[in-house]
Amino acid sequence: MKRFALWAPLAIFALLFAVVASGLFRPAEKVVRSAMVGKPIPDFALPAMVPGKPGLTSASLRQGQPRLLNVFASWCIPCIAEAPQLMRLKAMGIPIDAIAIRDTAPAIAGFLRRNGDPYARIGSDRASQVQLALGSSGVPETFVVDGRGIVVKQIIGDIRPENIAEIAQAVKDAR
Amino acid sequence: MIAEAGLAALWFASALAALQLVMAAIGIARGRHDVAAAVRPVAIVQGLLALLAMALLIALFLNSDMSVKLVVENSHSAKPWLYKFAGAWGNHEGSMLLWVAILGLAGGAVAIFERSLPERTLTSTLGAQAAIALGFYAFLLFSSNPFARLNPAAADGLGLNPLLQDPGLAFHPPTLYTGYVGLSVAFSFAVGALVTRDVGPAFAKAMRPWVLIAWIFLTLGITAGSYWAYYELGWGGWWFWDPVENASLMPWLAATALLHSVTVLATRDGLRAWTIMLAVVAFSMSMIGTFLVRSGILTSVHAFAVDPERGAFILALLALYIGGALALFAARIGTVRAGTTFDPVSREGGLVANNLLLSVILGIVLIGTLYPIVAASFGVQLSVGPPFFNKAAGPIALLLVAVMAVGPLLRWRRDDAKAVLRRVMLPIGATLAAAIALLFIWPGVLPWAGLSLSAGLAVASVAPLWKRKLTRTPLFTYGMVVAHLGIAVSLAGMASDSAFTKETLVAVRAGEPARIGPYTVTLDGISPVIGENWSALEARLTATRGGSETILRPQLRFFANPPTSTNESAILTALDGQLYTVLGQPDGQGRWQLRLWWKPFVTLIWFGGVLIALGGALSLLGRVRRERRAAMRSEWA
Amino acid sequence: MLAALLLCIVPAAAQPVTPPARYANVQLADPAKEQSARALMETLRCLVCQGQSIADSDADMAADMRALVRERIERGEKPASIRDWLIARYGDYVTYDPPLSGLTWPLWLAPMLLLGIGGWIARSSFRRRTR
Repeated sequence: MKRFALWAPLAIFALLFAVVASGLFRPAEKVVRSAMVGKPIPDFALPAMVPGKPGLTSASLRQGQPRLLNVFASWCIPCIAEAPQLMRLKAMGIPIDAIAIRDTAPAIAGFLRRNGDPYARIGSDRASQVQLALGSSGVPETFVVDGRGIVVKQIIGDIRPENIAEIAQAVKDAR
Repeated sequence: MIAEAGLAALWFASALAALQLVMAAIGIARGRHDVAAAVRPVAIVQGLLALLAMALLIALFLNSDMSVKLVVENSHSAKPWLYKFAGAWGNHEGSMLLWVAILGLAGGAVAIFERSLPERTLTSTLGAQAAIALGFYAFLLFSSNPFARLNPAAADGLGLNPLLQDPGLAFHPPTLYTGYVGLSVAFSFAVGALVTRDVGPAFAKAMRPWVLIAWIFLTLGITAGSYWAYYELGWGGWWFWDPVENASLMPWLAATALLHSVTVLATRDGLRAWTIMLAVVAFSMSMIGTFLVRSGILTSVHAFAVDPERGAFILALLALYIGGALALFAARIGTVRAGTTFDPVSREGGLVANNLLLSVILGIVLIGTLYPIVAASFGVQLSVGPPFFNKAAGPIALLLVAVMAVGPLLRWRRDDAKAVLRRVMLPIGATLAAAIALLFIWPGVLPWAGLSLSAGLAVASVAPLWKRKLTRTPLFTYGMVVAHLGIAVSLAGMASDSAFTKETLVAVRAGEPARIGPYTVTLDGISPVIGENWSALEARLTATRGGSETILRPQLRFFANPPTSTNESAILTALDGQLYTVLGQPDGQGRWQLRLWWKPFVTLIWFGGVLIALGGALSLLGRVRRERRAAMRSEWA
Repeated sequence: MLAALLLCIVPAAAQPVTPPARYANVQLADPAKEQSARALMETLRCLVCQGQSIADSDADMAADMRALVRERIERGEKPASIRDWLIARYGDYVTYDPPLSGLTWPLWLAPMLLLGIGGWIARSSFRRRTR
């Protein structure tokens, strides 16, 4: 028994080693995923951001048709990078709504003029409160919302050309 | 040429480390005294070569040699010279070279100064030291070469992270690393003793000064790092239970336990296996800490370039050294004669309680730090932070403080419980008095207990000097008194900061006053300032208290290489605390955001840290003097 | 500590164009409410600067979260319910105080367990009192 106990430190170290090695070879995600995936979108009503385009309410996300909800900002550089992909998705007939984070009307208008406008509605989230309610941790992020207003997928970071098929499929599946 | 010379020095040093290992093995296995005797000079030259490599890297940084990859990636010619100098270790490769240089130097120092260890044990100690060094030389040479050239040379460098451009960088990492790596000596001593089965008081007396040296540097390094983070981060926090901080705390906890258990082994020949275990654990914690910082497996660790290949390399080294030492421990310690056992109410008993509680805290910190990785393997993102560590380790730390107050008042071998009670009456009185007085300004449970206990500990820690001839009291007793007093002082600072800090967050126009604690702070104006490699917006604040006025100048600093901004806090230190001011963003309507804190007695935290280290230094001096005198006496006899 | 922030200094370009919400950097008028808001903020982990609580982070997202906490406390909401609301959005990641669950009970039990094992090991070094 006594002799056996002497090997305990080595056993503990082996356990420690296993933990650390698992952390090294299967690195944990550095991004924080939303826990809202699979849950209904929270209630909110955001005012319009730019003239001529309606604001965004949670009710408008429950109209029977799956939609993309893009969280973006004019001051965000990856948002410029993903703009062409959003335009492609729009061209595929997927409706896209947006929440603009801590932004101003002229800045957003300029952004849309420069990078194209794929959005059906844009809500102005001046204090990121709706962003927080969605469990989003930065810009850009995109949520796939089904026709009943349930979040089915979250894409963190800018949408890259290789993500388009996967997103289109998710929207199709949500029908 | 300098870079090639540095690389050559590293190769030579690693060759000598290999030679040192082989010679030590032959010396021990074959009992060849002539070979064993030659291990010492080899260790010394190996250490000097490692140091030379570090010096050459510093020279490259000072010269801004833009044909060296590391300099290009981490330096810039327009940087002040101090940050070129310290920038040599403000990156992955350079800091690993510093690590290895200190490792080589530690081995060399043992070879030069260690005279009391039996030859066989010393030889195997130096062999173990060489084995460790060899692995880390290989790591540098094969996967983290600091001297790699860039062809063609770059026009200029990318610059150093602005947060690191602080005098703290010149002091904090070398100090902390000396502490981390200094513990390798204790590790090698333990391995050496396991090889020769020679564990006893003489061994403990030989090991003690080396542990003390490492512990003093660790204490200073952690204290300095904490103050650096405090003034640099701009939110008034001084400890965040961040994985990197925990990585420095864990070796300190193990070394503190070792320091106390080695005393039991030296004085009473007890805790043999336990002391060897702690010596192995202490340096293992240093290596694990280095690994956690370098591999990037825990979120929030260093921004140093991280890749899994390097992580795997260090991990393999860890498995080899720690696993090897623990296997040796399991195989050998059973054949080491058991040490003496002792009475629970005795100085030894107090020291065992100290070791128990320190080890439990160490275990909690280790588990808390690694638990997010465990959770991640179950697909859960978990955060373990200050609330957990405070709740789990806080009460145990306070219990430890109580033990620390009583322990030094106990006699060796056996003590009488009633007599002990008489001796601790005064400290208990002080604790109760403080506890009752504090009830009127209730500061919260942990701060309340902390402040009360620190009062008791302060009284108890000077009690060993009571009724003693102060001139005849040995220096190491003073060391213990000062170090324990330092803990009381530091604890009082921590508790006071968390209980009594006042915060004012305001947006003000020029001329508008804001109140904070005993001060009235007025923004006089904002003006641009140009620094050596930065520009800043500087606020001029007038802080008024009573009739006296002080000007404070917090800055919002902008760096061009790389383009970033930092908040430079301005701190006014008074006898009873610090006024901490930070300039925030403008609100666009002519107002500026100010963050002001009044932190009563917060400076005690770091003052206590320095006292603790000073206590260690006194103790070291006392021990070394006594050993020397004993050696002289035995020579005369 | 410092290392935590190294990951986090953001190039000056990518910052919101509008100033943060009122309560991001302004205290609540009621000191008791401010204190409970502050205590909660210290336990919430920033989503951007992942080594820091939202109480000591310069990140804009942290400022927005501070505003959210203060506003809800101001409205009379309990800190525990705000914490639960955030956990429902961001998972256990968002709190530095791991909620007790099937996965975390070993973590919370560890201190007791370590004390027990340590005490058992320490016992072997004592001898019984003879007198």
